[in-house]
Amino acid sequence: MKYLSIFAVLGLLLVSCSDDDDAPDSINEEETITTMTVTLVPGGGGNTVTLVTRDDDGDGPNAPVVTVSGSLAENTIYAGTVVLLNEMENPAELVNEEIEGEADEHQFFFVTSAGFNANIAYADDESDYVSAETNENFTSTNPVGIDFTLTTSDASTGTLTVTLRHEPKKPNDGTLNDAGGETDIAETFDLVIE
Amino acid sequence: MNLYMLKTFNITVLFIVMFSNAFYGQNTVACKASLSGTVTDYHNKTILEKATIVVLELNKTTYSDSTGKFQLNEICPGSYTVSVAHPECNTVTVDVTIDGPTSLDLTLEHHLEELDEVKVIGQAAREKTNTASEQRLNTTVLESYSTATLGEALRELPGVSSLNTGAAITKPIIHGLSGSRILVLNDGVRMQDMEWGDEHAPNIDINSNGSVSVVKGAAALQYGGDAIGGTIVLEPQRIFPKDTLYGKTLLNGVSNGRGGSMTTEITKIYDNGWFFKPQVSYKRLGDQETPDYVLSNTGVQEIGASIHVGKNLFTWGWDARYSYYDAEIAILRASHIGSTDDLNRAINNGEPEVIRPFTYDLLNPRQKVTHHLGKLRFYKRFEGLGKLTLQYDFQQNRRLEFDVRRGDNDDRASIDLELTTHTFNGDFKWDSKPNFQLQTGLLARYQENFPNPNTGVRRLIPDYERFDAGLFLLGEYRYNNFTFEGGIRFDFMRIDAQKFYRITRWENEGYDEEFSDLIIDAQDSQFLVNPVFDYHTVSGTVGARWETLNSGTLKANYALAQRAPNPSELFSDGLHHSAARIELGDLRIDKETSHKISVSYQRNFRSWGFTIEPYANFVQDFILIEPTDVEFTIRGSFPVWEYRQTDVRLLGFDLSVYTDWAKNWSTNHTFSFIKGRDISLEIPLINVPPVSFNNSVTFNKPEWNDFEVSLESQYVFRQNETPDDIEVFSPQDQADIVLQVNTAPPAYHLMGLRSKLEFPLGNKTILTTSLRVNNLLNTSYRDYLNRLRYFADDLGRNFILQLKLSY
Repeated sequence: MKYLSIFAVLGLLLVSCSDDDDAPDSINEEETITTMTVTLVPGGGGNTVTLVTRDDDGDGPNAPVVTVSGSLAENTIYAGTVVLLNEMENPAELVNEEIEGEADEHQFFFVTSAGFNANIAYADDESDYVSAETNENFTSTNPVGIDFTLTTSDASTGTLTVTLRHEPKKPNDGTLNDAGGETDIAETFDLVIE
Repeated sequence: MNLYMLKTFNITVLFIVMFSNAFYGQNTVACKASLSGTVTDYHNKTILEKATIVVLELNKTTYSDSTGKFQLNEICPGSYTVSVAHPECNTVTVDVTIDGPTSLDLTLEHHLEELDEVKVIGQAAREKTNTASEQRLNTTVLESYSTATLGEALRELPGVSSLNTGAAITKPIIHGLSGSRILVLNDGVRMQDMEWGDEHAPNIDINSNGSVSVVKGAAALQYGGDAIGGTIVLEPQRIFPKDTLYGKTLLNGVSNGRGGSMTTEITKIYDNGWFFKPQVSYKRLGDQETPDYVLSNTGVQEIGASIHVGKNLFTWGWDARYSYYDAEIAILRASHIGSTDDLNRAINNGEPEVIRPFTYDLLNPRQKVTHHLGKLRFYKRFEGLGKLTLQYDFQQNRRLEFDVRRGDNDDRASIDLELTTHTFNGDFKWDSKPNFQLQTGLLARYQENFPNPNTGVRRLIPDYERFDAGLFLLGEYRYNNFTFEGGIRFDFMRIDAQKFYRITRWENEGYDEEFSDLIIDAQDSQFLVNPVFDYHTVSGTVGARWETLNSGTLKANYALAQRAPNPSELFSDGLHHSAARIELGDLRIDKETSHKISVSYQRNFRSWGFTIEPYANFVQDFILIEPTDVEFTIRGSFPVWEYRQTDVRLLGFDLSVYTDWAKNWSTNHTFSFIKGRDISLEIPLINVPPVSFNNSVTFNKPEWNDFEVSLESQYVFRQNETPDDIEVFSPQDQADIVLQVNTAPPAYHLMGLRSKLEFPLGNKTILTTSLRVNNLLNTSYRDYLNRLRYFADDLGRNFILQLKLSY
């Protein structure tokens, strides 16, 4: 009989042993890229065109909000720059710094739809950036794509898909299929050349 | 909350008091244990008739009949020496502890010539249930898997397969069910190691136990009420209180992975019942290979250590055990993907995108798990009554999962979960009556999960506290050749979680209507929610067993089981990188109810035998996860997989046949068939094991240092009943594409070779060398139940050389 009372007492001890936790801290993902802004500045003056995709809730259900500020001019060479932000942090974190620090492990790909009269070329390569590991410029010269040029010809409509791959095969033949790697950003913008 | 638990405990204490009062005063004769079994020839398994079996201390003698069976009744429970003799064989003696109906199968070396040595293979085993489908792997078989995983060893049993994430992570599947539906009992301790995860293998060192029993279904109520799939019971070798010192060391060299493992253990027992058993294991493998390429980043490091000490007497005893398990498993680099476009590319490529030269390095992505287990157990036998067992166990499981991250975060885990569990259980078995046994038990458990916010990644599983309480009653009644068993079990589970939900997700799921009273805070566009859910479950079993006159055994069992949802099913909320999908749990999920009928018929003839086990399992409110929708993030599109409850039907049978048609030759055949269906929607069920057909032929020549060689064939059919593939939008293709996530790979056939030799080195020391070759023909194949089948083939040829020294 005494075994049963020991058992019961132990049981009660176990139950009362629950300490009340303090409420957990909320986590804001530090690595999320919420916003990509592609700025196209026309050579020789004209309207800058800004393409923005912003996903406020990360992996939440809301789709990214995609905006294009205006249309592109015919026969113009645009200097393009990509800026990545994590706006869940306050102030917003400039993710470009991390991409540049690991430039040899990242590459942007720009793909236009058929019939859209624009050609894209890379305007930077890895040696433009300082490696976060060695604190010196990269020696390799594979393209990165933070800076690029977009050259328009005749008026047309179509799309531009901007993809950021992490750890793609480098060097590669410039296509998404050959490069592989993991997709960190993939967004399509509707563009008009007029 | 405290008051509720107090009430429950008071009631159950009262219950026990009432029960023990009912039986306490009885004057029953204590000596009603029995010893039964079969005597066969060690080499060709033929029945040995008219063998003389004597229990030396009691001077009781019996003889084996024309089917090799013998039975000795009215034995006082205790430890005995049993001797077995047969003309043309040497007499052998075995130590046995008899504390109830004990079965002992004995094999003797039957030779006309003189032998220089006598070998005894006697295994005294208590079955876990009498009437359910149950099978066992003994020490010898487990040792042959010493460098593999528990999941791989269990695949030897028909009806048991495994859900793999690569070759290093194997989760057992019993009759089509896995994960939280399977209970793993490690030396009496129910493993609490986040078994709800598809890529979480049981955190067990395969070398730390002596045998494994698998109960296929929920009938083993004494261990838990929610084991809808079944129970895997791992047990150490039994300790007999005799002054002995013995041990073994195993060394394995593995060619595929260019590594190996070592395990060593020593057992010291004293006459007074004290024993001491330390054990340690270490395993290290580098990248593994398919027939065509290296699987980059698939190395493994595993460390296991345990110490077991106690005093095991017949009338009472205690033991304490501490075991430590640490595993670091690298995950195939090519399996880590960003979006559905990446997954689609991988499926269409046929070869992993990342193939690097062989290395031993364990890089990201990788998992690191550490499991501490401490157990303290006490038992006492009451004369004329039965046996009381009390146990306390403590487990701490820490799981870190490292992703490929940008910048400085590469060293920071993305998942960091710490699960701490305290369990207390007690049971009492009345086994003093000859034909009637009753067992009752009580369980109380407290568990706490802490997801570390230092990861900088939103928690996959939230902070929670969990309480479990259980009460069961099992009974067994024997009449002539029949045994009837029945049992019932009640469980209560409360989960108290604190979880952050993005406000957009909260509203999207419709939780704002039903659960808004659970919100306790709002920060950074997230709600802090405190769900507190209670689940009451009931399980029961009833079965019968008939030992037929012509050496057959017929068993039939019905088991009812209910399972409360696990934390992943309730609270999953986020992007799974390696699966390229968003997984969403559901707070509304309720318990599952399973009905399973299983029948088993076993028959042994002079030179062959078979076992056939058909079963039917109906599960209501079965919790499954499936693609429902597509969501867009800045990475592209992701299918959303959500949990749904539906009615499911699993039908199947396991067939195994063995033959001994000539001296030195024997064969073995197993066939497992199962079909699973979602009967609410009339579609096939996901991840049902394909039909498999295994055969082996063995040659054994004891005169040549007990030489044995076997050739094995494993044929796995294509799983032709799978759910449909899904359609997703591809930003890369700018169109809808069919993502072939549910298409099963083709059928495959693998051959294997096993051989062994034994060298006695005198003074009880034996060296056994064995060579095992897996995938002998270096076949390229992919398995439907390997979650990494989208990315790469399975393993190529593997030579495993093992040296075992037993002393």
